[in-house]
Amino acid sequence: MPATRDVKPRNGDVLLLVGTMKGAFIFRSDERRKSWDAGGPYFPGSAVYAMAYDGRAGRHRVWAAPHSMHWGGVLRSSDDFGKSWTNPESAPIKFPESAGVALNQIWQIAPGRETEGDTLYCGVEPAALFVSRDAGETWSLNEGLWNHPQRERWVPGGGGMCLHTILLDPRSLDRMRIAVSTAGMYVTEDGGETWRPSNKGVRADFLPEKYPEFGQCVHKVVQSKVNPDRMFLQNHWGLYRSDDSGEKWKDVAKGVPSDFGFAMAIHPEDPDCAWIVPLESDGFRCTPEGKLRVYRTQNAGKSWDAMTKGLPQKDAYETVLRDALANDPLDPAGVYFGTRNGKLFGSSDEGKKWSQLADGLPAVVSVKAVAISLPRKR
Amino acid sequence: MSLVFVIPGPLRELAGNRAEVRVKGSAESASKALSLLWAECPGVRDRVVTEIGEVRPHVNIFIDGESIRFTGGLQSPVRDGAEIVILPALSGG
Repeated sequence: MPATRDVKPRNGDVLLLVGTMKGAFIFRSDERRKSWDAGGPYFPGSAVYAMAYDGRAGRHRVWAAPHSMHWGGVLRSSDDFGKSWTNPESAPIKFPESAGVALNQIWQIAPGRETEGDTLYCGVEPAALFVSRDAGETWSLNEGLWNHPQRERWVPGGGGMCLHTILLDPRSLDRMRIAVSTAGMYVTEDGGETWRPSNKGVRADFLPEKYPEFGQCVHKVVQSKVNPDRMFLQNHWGLYRSDDSGEKWKDVAKGVPSDFGFAMAIHPEDPDCAWIVPLESDGFRCTPEGKLRVYRTQNAGKSWDAMTKGLPQKDAYETVLRDALANDPLDPAGVYFGTRNGKLFGSSDEGKKWSQLADGLPAVVSVKAVAISLPRKR
Repeated sequence: MSLVFVIPGPLRELAGNRAEVRVKGSAESASKALSLLWAECPGVRDRVVTEIGEVRPHVNIFIDGESIRFTGGLQSPVRDGAEIVILPALSGG
């Protein structure tokens, strides 16, 4: 097995939690975000689709969901930034016997709101939501979603039938949204007891009915922290904005080379600003014209600008997957993404200039950017 | 009467860092034999079988040198004193 290095973060540092098909890495920089050192690989050989940082309630806990082709997936955590990891005897996340299915993959780990410091959520494949109320010690299946009458008509997308997006409304503990490929978005307003689809205006090109109630292949949804009514959605064909917390969606794919893609991030302060990485098509899931371009809107999707400085613009056939683009909460915001070709790029000025932070990583499937106990200056 | 389980390297941490685990008792089937191992080393269970009790698709179990895939799966017979080897399949990387 490869030798593993560790990072030694300090308060105010920025961490990138990078999940790949062959293990996890932690990149660290100070708040200038000019130079980075790397920890890892952790869990070498295992695919890590999901990582998260829980800085609530005095914790400094990194979560990871390594999935071994042989031994399955186990949710693990580290309280020392990767030096040591839990290895629970019993897999913390598993379906109850009555469900009659087995966990295939953990796709998303989402710490709860600040006001629910011991709550965490996980989205998994087959599509389901798990919740922990004791800081990740024990988990239970959300039965309301699992038993939804429409679930039998959900179908797997190319990556499997996964629940990949979890959006917690900061204004209400009872309201949250999830997205499933291929089922679309669902919302609960009673803390998960009941769920309803929320895909009005989102296209499903692959179905006879183009605007069904559910069944869309939603690839990623992001929600503004400062204006939770504002969301952006990257669809399997289609780029959308919502101004009413996801109830209705408006097509905003003007000025992008393709409205196909996976990855999406939203500015920590400006709800009109978001980043995407368009891909050519579902038949050729690579950057169009061999140019690696991040597109940014600063006017809620009325127009999109290519951010290319420092990114390869020739023969760059890259793929950025749904969880592989992220931003940090600093001012100006840092933006980061990883590719299936194992490259990691970062910008410390909201995308104006990019640097390659790493090359030769295993295929990158997830990137999360976090700041350690930082106070915002604004 | 006892059974001997051979534990693969990645799971030894969950078996008290043992390469071999000897359990007392006998079992009429692979399923029953594995239950004896789970009682001795509970952490090994979730890595070898799924929550619905199926052997993970990329894990092989051999009883006295024969893969249980060809002898009846988890209902394969087990003799007293059998050696049961758990191995990762030729996959992954």
